[in-house]
Amino acid sequence: MHIDLRTVSIKPLRQTFDNVAARLGTNKPASRYQEGTLDLQADVNFHYRPLWDSAHEIFDASRTAIKMRDWYSFKDPRQFYYGTYTLARARMQEKVEGDFELVEERGLLENYPAAAKKLALEVMLPLRHVEWGANMNNASICAYGYGTAITQPCIFQAMDHLGMAQYLTRIGLLLADETELEAAKTAWLQDAKWQELRRYVEDTLVVKDWFELFIAQNLVLDGLLYPFIYEQLDQVLAAQAGPVMSMLTRFQSEWFTETRKWVDASVKTAASESPENQAILSQWTLSYRDRALTALTPLVNYALGENAPAVLDALLEEFNMRATKAGLKL
Amino acid sequence: MDMKVAAKKLGLKERYAAMTRGLDWETTYQPMDTVYPYDKFEGIKIHDWDKWEDPFRLTMDAYWKYQAEKERKLYAILDAFNQNNGHLGVTDARYINALKLFLTAVTPLEYMAHRGFAHVGRQLRGAGARVACQMQALDELRHAQTQIHSLSNYNKHYNGFHDWRHMHDRIWYLSVPKSFFDDAVTAGPFEYMVAIGFSFEYVLTNLLFVPFISGAAYNGDMGAMAFGFSAQSDEARHMTLGLEMIKFMLEQDPANLPIVQGWIDKWTWRGVRMLTIVGMMMDYMLPKRVMSWKEAWEIYFEESGGALFKDLARYGITIPKCVAQATIEKEHITHQAWTTFYQYGAAAAFNTWIPEKEELDWLSEKYPNTFDKYYRPRLEYLGEQAKQGKRFYSTTLPMLCQCCQIPMFFTEPDDPTKICYRESDHNGEKYHFCSDHCKEIFDHEPEKYVQAWMPVHQIYQGNCFKPDVDPTAEGFDPLAAVLDWYNIQFGRDNLDFEGSEDQKNFDTWRQTAKSNG
Ligand SMILES: [Fe+2]
Ligand SMILES: [Fe+2]
Repeated sequence: MHIDLRTVSIKPLRQTFDNVAARLGTNKPASRYQEGTLDLQADVNFHYRPLWDSAHEIFDASRTAIKMRDWYSFKDPRQFYYGTYTLARARMQEKVEGDFELVEERGLLENYPAAAKKLALEVMLPLRHVEWGANMNNASICAYGYGTAITQPCIFQAMDHLGMAQYLTRIGLLLADETELEAAKTAWLQDAKWQELRRYVEDTLVVKDWFELFIAQNLVLDGLLYPFIYEQLDQVLAAQAGPVMSMLTRFQSEWFTETRKWVDASVKTAASESPENQAILSQWTLSYRDRALTALTPLVNYALGENAPAVLDALLEEFNMRATKAGLKL
Repeated sequence: MDMKVAAKKLGLKERYAAMTRGLDWETTYQPMDTVYPYDKFEGIKIHDWDKWEDPFRLTMDAYWKYQAEKERKLYAILDAFNQNNGHLGVTDARYINALKLFLTAVTPLEYMAHRGFAHVGRQLRGAGARVACQMQALDELRHAQTQIHSLSNYNKHYNGFHDWRHMHDRIWYLSVPKSFFDDAVTAGPFEYMVAIGFSFEYVLTNLLFVPFISGAAYNGDMGAMAFGFSAQSDEARHMTLGLEMIKFMLEQDPANLPIVQGWIDKWTWRGVRMLTIVGMMMDYMLPKRVMSWKEAWEIYFEESGGALFKDLARYGITIPKCVAQATIEKEHITHQAWTTFYQYGAAAAFNTWIPEKEELDWLSEKYPNTFDKYYRPRLEYLGEQAKQGKRFYSTTLPMLCQCCQIPMFFTEPDDPTKICYRESDHNGEKYHFCSDHCKEIFDHEPEKYVQAWMPVHQIYQGNCFKPDVDPTAEGFDPLAAVLDWYNIQFGRDNLDFEGSEDQKNFDTWRQTAKSNG
């Protein structure tokens, strides 16, 4: 017998899961972001304490000084869960792939001016390692953070940084060859102008408070480094050598525009929770901001020469405005 | 110039290395042991992470591209399945109970795997291994979310799904999977990789996913089938990672062998015990059966697992001792488990039932040595009682194994009529176990296992009632209070399938469809 199931009109018993309904109000349909995020992490009745951190439960809100009544107050304005995240990144990578193909096919880098090439190689290739540090730090936040609403975007952020390290590697291989990757690594490890930045990155690798790490990495370092490289340096390279490098770094600049909204929203949520949070976050931001500026100054000087002081001022001013808008007192 | 062109063409392997481990460096402003504080205490000796063979070579751009394609397809199938009321196309509504068990027991483990791999993907000192683990961390989030999204529509129409997260952290039988994964993530990073990456993902995964996915396909559930199949292509990567990790540890230092062997023994048993629930689902909860648990064990453990351990023999690895007992028990455990769930059917968040006659016949045929002799008479008796309106529900609390946390229903390996009890003393307390292997696991790390959140002890200690409940009040009904705390809706989520709301709704909706058709 033919059965047409589509014609049955059924009144559902409920619209969503109880935990989601408790947050949205009953009889409201929930989005896939909400069902795939809210309360996803276990929060009670853990069986054993970690052998590697017996002072804490497996997931433990006391791993940070920040206190929240509800860790699901954090909302990702992009509403990323795995599906929407991968779709968004697949779209971005498709465009970038097209750009890389075009540059390779047309040999657009063959006549890239020597001075611009040198500058790009020297300033951009060691950033592979900075991206790698950012990858590690976001893996950390995802692992030890509290509540899926904030840990989930951090695994996305971690993988994004890995992806960007790989795009930078490809630029290096396109512009030169693997010996330049080695040279960039040597510069990262030994060249004086990179050492303050490397110190900054290595110091963040051992930060135990995951929200502090969030500030040090996602708000402060990214917040100063990305505008420097993908706006200021990009303009310099474009002026000297045309827009090829802007094409090859388009992922990074689009990525920063997108992710900073999420970073700001997260900081704002935590800061507006309580004056105590606001004070802690502001103090972290201030101290990391100053250290990051110290770390970036030699690179800005090297890359931008006489424009460096003005650019540093502009970067600082823009960052301060952004932090203030996110509810911090600097 | 020619030289330069030649140098540009890195081999795939070198190119991938430049994209991953080439990013890493030896820290000097902070000591490496502070940057990676957790990868030495287990005693695993790694001399050269450069010897790590990448189990797969996937750069992030390719990852995003492939995975997005899979997601697009999967959600298109789900949307169509939901719009067409695909849930009414399943064999019969009893099948849906397998999905309830899946969402409450397995999906939270996918999430734990996500966080566990993020942890290991941060902590292992080798960059190649870290990248592979991080990718798995991302995949496991996918598994958790695609399962929730697939089952979301079932939740709208059927009971038992509505508070899966809350239930996972509280209900007595769900502490079996929860404690399994808590055990793995609280171990060191190398043990985690043996527990989850190898024992679970490599040795046992086919026993979990093949029955479940084929079960969904056999029973007309395109939605669950779709997420299962979609996840399997991720599993292929996860399996190669687990295997590489084992081989790498064994190749790095001979002193690693006894540690790794101990972990394989432990985690094979932990996994086998947990899979009792999967076996029970295969034999009892699928209206249309794929294969028996016994057959699945023979194909996926005895044959494939046997071949794997043969392959590992050159490293000195031997097949875990517990396999002998599991092989004897393959003819028993699913019947013992279902009979137990049937009797505790008031305290479970899914419906239970006695199989129909043809189903009992199928079990007799699949289990010629044991079913008629030990289990069929019991089930027939319980079924008879139910027909006479005396459906049996146990109201006592079972004793649980301190290690696997399963109620004590397993029998002595050499005597299927005798329940197996083992015990150990630790700091003047007695602890009980279902088997020699569970006892051995406890005896090796008693400080860990005494911490377990034991659901029955917790009830006795009064920790499983809502805060406003007064256990000293007259007429206090502890079982009802515990179910309330579990958020099991009495008469909707629990009890017999016969007469359940799910049964009635499914029949009504299907009837409407038939008359429309
Ligand atoms: Fe998974
Ligand atoms: Fe046990």
